[in-house]
Parts: sequence; C-alpha cells; structure tokens
Amino acid sequence: MRLSRIDRAALRFFADLQGVFLLGWQAFHRIFQRPRYYRDFAIQFDKLGFGSITICFLTGLFTGMVMALQFLIQLKPFAATSYVGGMVAVTMIKELGPVLSSLMVAGRVGSAITAELGTMIVTEQVDAMRVEGTDIIQRLVTPRLKAMLLAMPLLAVMTDAVSLLGGYLMAAGYGISPTLYLSSFTQFLFPLDYVEGLVKPLAFGGLITMIACYTGLNTGGGAEGVGAAAKRAVVISSVSVLMVDFFLAKIFVVFR
Amino acid sequence: MTAPAVESCIRMEQVCYRVGGRTILTDFDLLLERGVNRTILGVSGAGKTTILKLLLGLIQPQSGHIFINGQEITGRPESDYREQRKKIAIVFQGGALFDSMTVGENVGYRLFEEGRLPEAEIEAIVREKLRFVGVEPALDLYPAELSGGMKKRVAIARALAADPDYIFFDEPTTGLDPIGVYNIVSLMRRLQEAGKTTLMVTHDLPTAFATSQRFSLIVASRLAFDGTEEGLKACALPHVREFLQPTDASLFV
Repeated sequence: MRLSRIDRAALRFFADLQGVFLLGWQAFHRIFQRPRYYRDFAIQFDKLGFGSITICFLTGLFTGMVMALQFLIQLKPFAATSYVGGMVAVTMIKELGPVLSSLMVAGRVGSAITAELGTMIVTEQVDAMRVEGTDIIQRLVTPRLKAMLLAMPLLAVMTDAVSLLGGYLMAAGYGISPTLYLSSFTQFLFPLDYVEGLVKPLAFGGLITMIACYTGLNTGGGAEGVGAAAKRAVVISSVSVLMVDFFLAKIFVVFR
Repeated sequence: MTAPAVESCIRMEQVCYRVGGRTILTDFDLLLERGVNRTILGVSGAGKTTILKLLLGLIQPQSGHIFINGQEITGRPESDYREQRKKIAIVFQGGALFDSMTVGENVGYRLFEEGRLPEAEIEAIVREKLRFVGVEPALDLYPAELSGGMKKRVAIARALAADPDYIFFDEPTTGLDPIGVYNIVSLMRRLQEAGKTTLMVTHDLPTAFATSQRFSLIVASRLAFDGTEEGLKACALPHVREFLQPTDASLFV
C-alpha cells in the first residue's frame, strides 16, 4: 500500500513529536543520575542564560514602553491613567514577558543548540563519544536542559522587571508617580498570576531545548543539513511556544 | 571440568542493512580474529564505513547477528554492550576530534569519563600516547589548529588511550600527502607489533597490503572476496579484477 504525501507528513510529524517527548523524558530523568557534568552545565548556563540577558533586556524595555504608551492613550479619555501600571504588569508578567523572552531565546539559543549538535553529528563527534562509552543524552542534552530550566524563568523575571521599568518611564511622562504606578499592580495581579509567570517560561525553556536537541541530533546531510536543521528548530520551537502558551493560559484560567 | 573459552573475535553473520530504501549490505559475513589484521576494500559508497558502525553498535542491522568476543550486540540497548565496546576504539575518517576540547582533553577523554584514575596519571598517559604518535607538543592546542595528518595522529592517540584490543580505521590515509600516509602506515604497524588488532576500511590498496593479512572486498552490497593478499591478487572474479585493475570499461559505472 502506497502512502500519500499527507500520510507520510502526518507519520513524520507524529514520529518527531514522539521523539521529542521521549528525548525529553530521557533527559529529564537523567537530571537525577550520575555523572552530573557540572562543568558542561556551567558552560551551558553561561551561554544560554547570561548570553541572552542583553536581548531579553531590550525586548522587555521596549515592550514595556510601548505597552504603557498604548494603554495610556486608551485610558486617558476615561481619566484612568492611574491603572496603567497594573495593566502593563498583568500583560507582561502573565503573557508577554514569558512569551517574548522565550521567542527571543528560541531564536538565539535554539538555533545555536541545533547547529552545535548537528555539526557534532555530521563530523562524527557524537559517534566518537558513543564509542568512548559516553551516554550522549546525559552528556549533551541533560546539561542543556538543566541550564535552560534554570535560566529561562530567571530571564523571564528579568524581562518582566525591565518591562515594568520601561512602562514607568512612559507613565512618568503622564505625571504618574512611582507609588501610584506600583499600587495599581495589586488591583490587577493575583498570586496565581506570578505562578503562571514562572511556570510558563519553565515549560517554554524545556520545550525549546528539547526541540533544538532533537533536531540537532537528527541532523543529516552535511553543512546544508545543519543550516536547515537550525532553521527548522527555530520555526518549530517558536510556533510551539505560542501554542503551548495558549493551553497553559487555558489551564490557569480554570484554576482562577 | 574447564570453563568454556571466551571467544576472542568480532563476528558478523548474515547481516542485512538498508537505509532510505537503499540496500547497503546483503547477507554479509565477517570475522575479525585477535592478531589477524584485516582490511575491508570497496569503492566509495560501497558500505565500508557502515560495516564499522554496525560492528560498534552505532547502527543496528535489519537482520543478522553481530558478536563482540562472543556476546551478541544486535537488538539490544546500547547500555547493554558499552562494556564490550570498550575493547574497541575507532579512528574516524575526519578524526572526529571534539572541537571544544584541547588535544590533551581529547586523548584523555575516555579516562576522564571513567573517572578511575587521578588526573596526574591521566596526564602522564595522555603525554605517552601523544609521544607515541609524535604530536606531544600539540597537547594544549585545539583541533582547529591542527593539520589533517596531525588530527589523524591525535585520533590514533585517543584510540590508544583506553588500551583497546581492536582498533578500527576508517579511510586513515585519505587526503594525506605521501609523508602523512607513511606516518600512518608506520603507526599502524607499531600498533600491530604492540598486540593491537586492526580493522581498516579503505580503497587505498598499497596501504591495505602494507598493514593487513586478510582482505574482504564488497561489491554491490555483498561480500565478493574474503582471503589473503595472494588470493586477492590471483582471484579471477571479474568484480575483483575490475577493482584491482580498473579499465576504461569501469568508467562511470
């Protein structure tokens, strides 16, 4: 029986989906096993986490400023500009902070992970590691997963904080005092919103890493294959972040 | 009653391997006995490197059996045969040195991974192996700073560091100048004198004849010849003759 192109694409999609989740599970449970590769973890945390600070800082700053600007324009006719702080906070902490920082990291880090692992595959370095007796998931995937699970929530929190600062810079221009700006937070934000703001980047960090690692470890076709894999990883992880964001938002709505 | 002797060889039996709808190996048999150095010959793309990867368990065949010292590795998870595989080392075609590590870290990689020896002892072993292949001054360099020939010598040093019984060579002389080829052939002979069994895949006949006692030739996914140098040179099979002495009829086949 010949499969149609659609059938083949569907089979490939579900095989890849299964592959990503299987790799994710294998990498996750190795977090609690030895050897721990602390040096690799530190290197990855530096590359993935510290290396993304600038891009997340700028993303947060300008998103906060533009959000505040738009809210102020909308709120001014109703003499409700004092609510701008709360509105920026709820938008950024629950949604835009985690999502935008994750999209930035997906572009910057996801492609780097895929390209690095893909190059190791096509130059037979991964095979060499396996022959030397190394568990490649433990050595190559788990340190990156650990680094991202720690770095991504921290980057999202930093993005949130910088965006609130950016929002205040705009609000100050409309005569809103810092006290008024901060006090409106409590009118909009609930404790569960902070949890949502931390759970989302944690999930996105794991998702980006696993998609990038899976794509990298399944690279073929030389330098051209590495380039194509890096592009595919960024596209898939970016779209996945937006899709998973929707489902997580729905889950948190249920618990409100 | 004496215990049965542990088989000291690597065997492939009736191995079939296909990838992407293309048949690479059909009913392929191979025997690598300790002390008998073998070369697998064949044109580019014949499946020579695939054989090495199958023997190492890096890929799994669709059918057939592979044994390392009597223990079957086919159809089993990688964690089951890691110990068996430690008896084998490989020198990949491009060296496959780890970019992010220095030459010293590359050579000592397996010893650092195992974590059984103190760092000073590992460093002494690394220096000894680098001295053996003649690149000790490169200890602190990164692979990107080495020439092609040096990379292969460092890859040989890495293969030696864990003191394996068998060393596989994937096209060790490809892309090297005559001096580089001479160095690699000399090193292989010294390894053989030191008791290592080598399995090489190549299409470089002079290197093969200089370093091996047994030869296997793959033609069209099958084993076309298995025997000694004299047997190979005297073989009258058309495929074998064509490989040893290509003619105009071989053009663009």
